[in-house]
Amino acid sequence: MSGATLLKESGPKEVFCGLTSIVWLHRRMPDAFFLVVGSRTCAHLIQSAAGVMIFAEPRFGTAILEERDLAGLADAHDELNRVVKNLLARRPEIKTLFLVGSCPSEVIKIDLSRVAENLNIELKGQVTVLNYSGSGIETTFTQGEDGALKALIPLMPKSDQKKLLLVGTLANAVEDRLVSIFNRLGIDNVESFPPRQSTELPSIGPETKVLLTQPYLTDTARELKNKGAEIIEAPFPLGVTGSTLWIQAAANSFGIDKSIVDSILNPLISRAKKALEPHVEKLSGKKLFLLPESQLEIPLARFLSNECGMEIVEIGTPYLNRDLMKAEIDLLPPNCRIVEGQHVEKQLDRVRDSSPDLVVCGMGLANPLEAEGISTKWSIEMVFSPIHGIDQASDLAELFSRPLRRHEILNPTKTLTSN
Amino acid sequence: MELTLWTYEGPPHIGAMRIATSMKKLHYVLHAPQGDTYADLLFTMIERRGSRPPVTYTTFQARDLGGDTAELVKGHIKEAVDRFNPEALLVGESCTAELIQDQPGSLAKGMGFDIPIVSLELPAYSKKENWGGSETFYQIVRSLLKDQSKESKQTWQEEKRRPRVNLLGPTLLGFRCRDDVLEIQKLLGQYGIDVNVVAPLGASPADILRIPNADVNVCLYPEIAESTCIWLERNLNIPFTTTVPLGVGATQDFLKELHKVLEMEIPQSVNESNNSKLTWYSNSVDSNYLTGKRVFIFGDGTHALAAARIANEELGFKVVGLGTYSREMARKVRPAAKALGLEALITNDYLEVEDAIKETSPELVLGTQMERHSAKRLGIPCAVISTPMHVQDVPARYSPQMGWEGANVIFDDWVHPLMMGLEEHLIGMFKHDFEFVDGHQSHLGHLGGKGTQNTNKEAAKTNLQDSVITDGVPIWTHEGEKELSKIPFFVRGKVRRNTENYARQAGCREINEETLYDAKAHYKA
Repeated sequence: MSGATLLKESGPKEVFCGLTSIVWLHRRMPDAFFLVVGSRTCAHLIQSAAGVMIFAEPRFGTAILEERDLAGLADAHDELNRVVKNLLARRPEIKTLFLVGSCPSEVIKIDLSRVAENLNIELKGQVTVLNYSGSGIETTFTQGEDGALKALIPLMPKSDQKKLLLVGTLANAVEDRLVSIFNRLGIDNVESFPPRQSTELPSIGPETKVLLTQPYLTDTARELKNKGAEIIEAPFPLGVTGSTLWIQAAANSFGIDKSIVDSILNPLISRAKKALEPHVEKLSGKKLFLLPESQLEIPLARFLSNECGMEIVEIGTPYLNRDLMKAEIDLLPPNCRIVEGQHVEKQLDRVRDSSPDLVVCGMGLANPLEAEGISTKWSIEMVFSPIHGIDQASDLAELFSRPLRRHEILNPTKTLTSN
Repeated sequence: MELTLWTYEGPPHIGAMRIATSMKKLHYVLHAPQGDTYADLLFTMIERRGSRPPVTYTTFQARDLGGDTAELVKGHIKEAVDRFNPEALLVGESCTAELIQDQPGSLAKGMGFDIPIVSLELPAYSKKENWGGSETFYQIVRSLLKDQSKESKQTWQEEKRRPRVNLLGPTLLGFRCRDDVLEIQKLLGQYGIDVNVVAPLGASPADILRIPNADVNVCLYPEIAESTCIWLERNLNIPFTTTVPLGVGATQDFLKELHKVLEMEIPQSVNESNNSKLTWYSNSVDSNYLTGKRVFIFGDGTHALAAARIANEELGFKVVGLGTYSREMARKVRPAAKALGLEALITNDYLEVEDAIKETSPELVLGTQMERHSAKRLGIPCAVISTPMHVQDVPARYSPQMGWEGANVIFDDWVHPLMMGLEEHLIGMFKHDFEFVDGHQSHLGHLGGKGTQNTNKEAAKTNLQDSVITDGVPIWTHEGEKELSKIPFFVRGKVRRNTENYARQAGCREINEETLYDAKAHYKA
């Protein structure tokens, strides 16, 4: 490991819970429905984070617990059964139904796995019912995807075929691009998990080599390993360097000749570096503070410091998986401060003390910081934008240079004041 | 258990947050898991607030549940009081904490602070946001004023001063509250009435203590302030007004009611028709086309009721649907709907509202942001009149709903989408002229007007189902369809249905041009 300083902090946190990942998961698998078993708060959270109103009927919803559901668990299970059947009758196109546990359902111990099991028997394969927890007492934001993918793993067929499996939700266009690069390298059998249709799950076996596209898939990686797959160790495909190392790791693992890899990647690398230049000019020497939320903070900091010349004040991360992050932490500049966990008040004190040029933070904190004259970037944008791969490096950098550019246009000399 | 795809109101602790964030020098410790911190964005993004809500979330985790969560709560309370130094502290819990029963309010009261502690019990599994807001405001006022004596004060006449009133109910995330307060302050100033305290918006606990200095309370938003006004009347002898000054007529009635309660003579100027431009604009000749426009109204209780009155009495519309998502306001909305010959739609299910809109084929929908989306899908013009709030409902410009200026804003906001609908019709009318550029569309976009024609997928589907269910559905001839296409899009769906019903009754297998006119005559007769 490099000389990064690892600190832990506890206190009041300001992060989303795992339910929020439904916002992108339902888009990835349009034949799946996500039914949160929770409270009105859960329903309100998802609609506030997702801008739901554009749908006539979205592919996610909440079975809201009411007082009588709290009284007897047996009844709650029956009630959930009833709600699911009504839903499936109304939405016959659903192929996979995820029952998503929440804080209240976990606290009163509704056994979603039992409900799912009974429903699977009754529905006889017309719809597959799965369950996982997205509760805020157990999961943070992107961890919800980890839970959903883990729930799908037992359904993956076995196979002895040699293949590369990309694991973690990617934007479709980025996925296509990465697959085509692997094909050019000579890796023909490339599949993705989650798939674009929930029923078209990739197969898995001892010849499956897994390349993680996202850093928050701790449990999924472990389960895939238990299924015999090999997890390729690599940094994550953010920025030119990260993406190059990521692709190279896969190529090595498939025994592709280095000269072939270089001949295919080098033109992409030099083109991407050129595209990065105007952003590097803007970002270089600027101070960056990352508050914990998406779990992408460490790879982003690595990209923004090593390739864009930003000075890292602090990297907040909701939790730290040292195995999955090892390759990333090794690439960080020396003495980088990584803080695991959060005390939001103390952390904001440190933000103010260090007067950074840019803060990566959650949606609730952005405007208050902007009002203090500090430019911000929403961390949730990273999970919606196509940012992975060599070709996307300049787009990724632009997400960070734009707020700085805007701040300069609007405030050539003064700082902002607001209510 | 209730399946919810989208909800008009958040949980009750969001109502409490609205009160806490509206006020100053108050802090709210909320026993809640980390995911509940999403609520901050409602204020910092929707309202674009430049400061965080004054809320400390305890963000307990599963691993804390085995241990002493009460100690965890106390730690957060102490830290919040030390750091934020509030004049009063609200303590409560969200849905999950309610289940583990730590009773954070009692814990806080036992910690020996010398500031008032208001303990909130907001049942998350039976109540909703507005109820939570109302209860929180009531608990704050009651806690701070319960020791004040009921002794009779001197009246403003006896003290030889101008009369003073409190404006109660405005909050953040309430519909246009910020501007309504300014408008009402201005209005009252013109009649020589001073504003004593505005609360909760902008009030500190010290301001709450000044509430009894007023002669009358003005209950601006009954959803939030009615229970508080009732308590203040019973316990401190402060009467309150019940008319909400939304629209010209209601503003006049409000001024009359207030003058009466204050025992002031009602000035003639209250009744002048030029106080608001709405009256003249509505009388002007080009508003003739507004006559009998079919309007569907849905929203919170206060704004839906007001909209019905304005639509019916001041704009000459025909109200064809009236409803609210607020069960607490159902008692008031039902008789109002009945007076218009309607049955009130009381529901929390937006799909039910959308069905009701389809059923009544209105020419204008006045609703929430959700009805705006439903109306967009159906190709019907829409104006937003009520919460839940969207960033679009917090305009940069001064844009009240209450008082004279509010009536002006309402005229513009409601008539403008209708003009867009009219424009769509004109485009349809002129589309065969050679000057017409193909692809031209009004601001309603490509969907404009098509929804009622049943060309969108969903409508086509229901249509198909209808024809499967009903035997002997009459067939539209080419001439019939051609004649139908000349009818303005916003009534076309209704005409199509009526004509088909008529044809069925009359036993016609086919609908041609004449059948359409027969049906028209039949329904007009």
